[in-house]
Amino acid sequence: MAPSSIGGPGGPVGVRHHIVTVTVENKAGVLARVAGLFSRRGFNIFSLAVAPTDDERFSRITIVVDVESAPLEQIIRQLDKLVNVVAISELAPEEATERELLLATVEAGPDERGQVIQLVGVFEGRIVDVGREAITIMLAGAPNKIDDFENLIRPFGIVELQRTGRVALPKLERRTTRLRTIAGGAGEDGAG
Amino acid sequence: MRLTGAQALIKSLEMQGVEVIFGLPGGAILPVYDPILDSTIRHILVRHEQGAGHMAEGYAHVTGRPGVAMVTSGPGATNIVTPLADAAMDSVPLVVVTGQVATTAIGTDAFQECPITGVTMDITKHNWLVTDARDIPRVVAEAFHVATTGRPGPVLIDVPKDVSNSQMDWYWPSSLDDLDLPGYRPRTEGDPSAIRAAAELILRAERPVIYAGGGILKARAADALREFAERTGVPVVTTLMARGAFPDSHPLCLGMPGMHGNYTAVTAMQHADLLVALGSRFDDRVTGKVSAFAPEAKVIHVDIDPAELGKVRRADVAIAGDCRIVIEEIVEALGTLGLESGGSAGSGTTAADRPDLAPWKAQLSEWQQRFPLTYRQEEGGALKPQLVVEALRDSTPDDTIVVAGVGQHQMWASQYWRFEHPYTWVNSGGAGTMGFAVPAAIGAKVGRPDKMVWAIDGDGCFQMTAQELVTASAERIPVKIAILNNAYLGMVRQWQELFYEERYSEVYLSPDLPDYVKWAEAMGCIGMRVETAEEVAPAIEKANSVDDRPVVIDFRTDAFEKVYPMVPSGASNDDIIVGPSEGEGGR
Ligand SMILES: Cc1ncc(C[n+]2csc(CCOP(=O)(O)OP(=O)(O)O)c2C)c(N)n1
Ligand SMILES: [Mg+2]
Repeated sequence: MAPSSIGGPGGPVGVRHHIVTVTVENKAGVLARVAGLFSRRGFNIFSLAVAPTDDERFSRITIVVDVESAPLEQIIRQLDKLVNVVAISELAPEEATERELLLATVEAGPDERGQVIQLVGVFEGRIVDVGREAITIMLAGAPNKIDDFENLIRPFGIVELQRTGRVALPKLERRTTRLRTIAGGAGEDGAG
Repeated sequence: MRLTGAQALIKSLEMQGVEVIFGLPGGAILPVYDPILDSTIRHILVRHEQGAGHMAEGYAHVTGRPGVAMVTSGPGATNIVTPLADAAMDSVPLVVVTGQVATTAIGTDAFQECPITGVTMDITKHNWLVTDARDIPRVVAEAFHVATTGRPGPVLIDVPKDVSNSQMDWYWPSSLDDLDLPGYRPRTEGDPSAIRAAAELILRAERPVIYAGGGILKARAADALREFAERTGVPVVTTLMARGAFPDSHPLCLGMPGMHGNYTAVTAMQHADLLVALGSRFDDRVTGKVSAFAPEAKVIHVDIDPAELGKVRRADVAIAGDCRIVIEEIVEALGTLGLESGGSAGSGTTAADRPDLAPWKAQLSEWQQRFPLTYRQEEGGALKPQLVVEALRDSTPDDTIVVAGVGQHQMWASQYWRFEHPYTWVNSGGAGTMGFAVPAAIGAKVGRPDKMVWAIDGDGCFQMTAQELVTASAERIPVKIAILNNAYLGMVRQWQELFYEERYSEVYLSPDLPDYVKWAEAMGCIGMRVETAEEVAPAIEKANSVDDRPVVIDFRTDAFEKVYPMVPSGASNDDIIVGPSEGEGGR
């Protein structure tokens, strides 16, 4: 894969991915700084999602990074140097509750409609729009579930499909210390 | 007090203690140039904005204070991109103020609009686009704070014209709490457990080497380094960025390592069992082929930038912290382990069991004797550039500031000068920016008017920024420039000779086009030409006696001289070539 490309090589992302949650100041150009850092250093991104936090001064960027393109530690330390980055936490996939949203418009004329609706029901998705020859589906869930669903609806003919990229929080049964907050206490941890 | 944004900007610079701005005005920065007339700050009008940036760098290198440059929008701003990139590579604190088109015009491709914050995002430590005049004092304070703390670096403040023209109520942020930098926390002290581990590694090493980098100078840690080296008896290499951080005359000094480092410095690192890397970053010009670099060495790595730790080479003990503080902490820990000042050890302590370093030191002196730096000046033969550097060194005060361009002359300057004091060597290391020397020397002389400043420049480099000598003449800044005129882009010529079968492609410049003496005179300088070894010393003496204007000496040097030793690019440091092979020497 080319350096700093976005999106995996087709299939679901495997062990080479890691989730980095970056709290940034809500200022103009901050996303460009984060994205620019990845491209400048040749770090690869699988997916990226940005949203405001409950504190309007900050936004949260959830980045699924390719830890084969660079050591995770190096990615985090370079991110931490960005002046607008306030805190970074990293989560291994097995320690995270991850969710993603999919919107897809699928070809579904009167003959196939029933089958598609059935699939949506099995996956607990929702029909959000219905046309004469197509329907639009929404599905939220764990990324691998979304992958499965995407594969199953593909034969019907996908008109358009969008995924949001994943967001994640640490699993509750794990000790919260596993959610390693890099910045914030960074002055003390010595980064040895 | 009501001020315009422009007045607030100049007042903020005054509040920061700025004594000089290097710059050149234009439309978008016009409002800010007006209050300069009423300010105590000296403004130096450059002839090209790149000059302003390198002058600010030279000033920062020798004073330790941030250099300040001010330019207009669009082409003014892009002309200072090279110095920003240079300063980012060498961690030089710079504050660059750029004018910008009015906020209402941003994004419309207005006249002289350039999105300079976007352009410089990756080559500044941080940058700001100011959209409200009320933010100016705070942003200026933030900019100086970011530029000078932690790992220093360049910052840029982009000020749209309507912002500098609008009114605001003056205030000054009285403390760091008034700044809006929630994500910026530079580190200082090292982690105590790592400090102790470092001290223990040092006391166990049989073949240790201190690998001192530019961070020593940034941290103002030269005294701490000396104390550390003397207490432990560990020899020191000083990288290209650290020349002067440890005196070359010191018995523990091994000089410069790297691609054109001396044999002993390079080979000592290859054979070391411990590298104590202090403010150095395992640059490829030092390590050669990384996988073959110092294969037996454990590594202690101290750097204020945690991202440097483990970036190139895994460290056995990695300490993020200010070099001066961490070195002092390590010295203290060594004391606790029984290593007393003067290097003796208390009986029954860890230090008492320390291996004897004598065999290692004997090996190092043997290498030094066998492989000194050499060149041969034939009688009546072409003038050797190394002879010029030695003559300059021997006929100037030992605290003379030496500024280099980029190329062969830079390497000879670093190799043959004897640096005895920190902040007497100014060069472009990480970026290797041709054209750095003339403006950087001017900036250095502005920062340290009490010191003699000599630039050792190449003929190619000189032609890139020589016009700043007009600035120097106009402003009565008496710098001295030695052009080692080999009529070639010499360093490139050397590579073509060695690695491209002497196929010389686009490297010839001509010795007398331009006529450097006439050019110097046209720029208000004294110009001299030197063609033989006998003329060297008298010309330098004459130059040293001039104190009211710049001096340029055109030294016609041997076009075929090459820089040795040399580790070919990408090769292991074990494959160092000490000198020309048989039959090659006479070229
Ligand atoms: C701006 C810039 N362009 C190109 C280079 C590549 N380069 C490195 S050294 C060199 C030759 C420099 O020639 P000169 O100033 O005459 O120095 P010499 O090597 O002859 O001493 C060149 C072209 C560079 N370092 N910087
Ligand atoms: Mg030359």
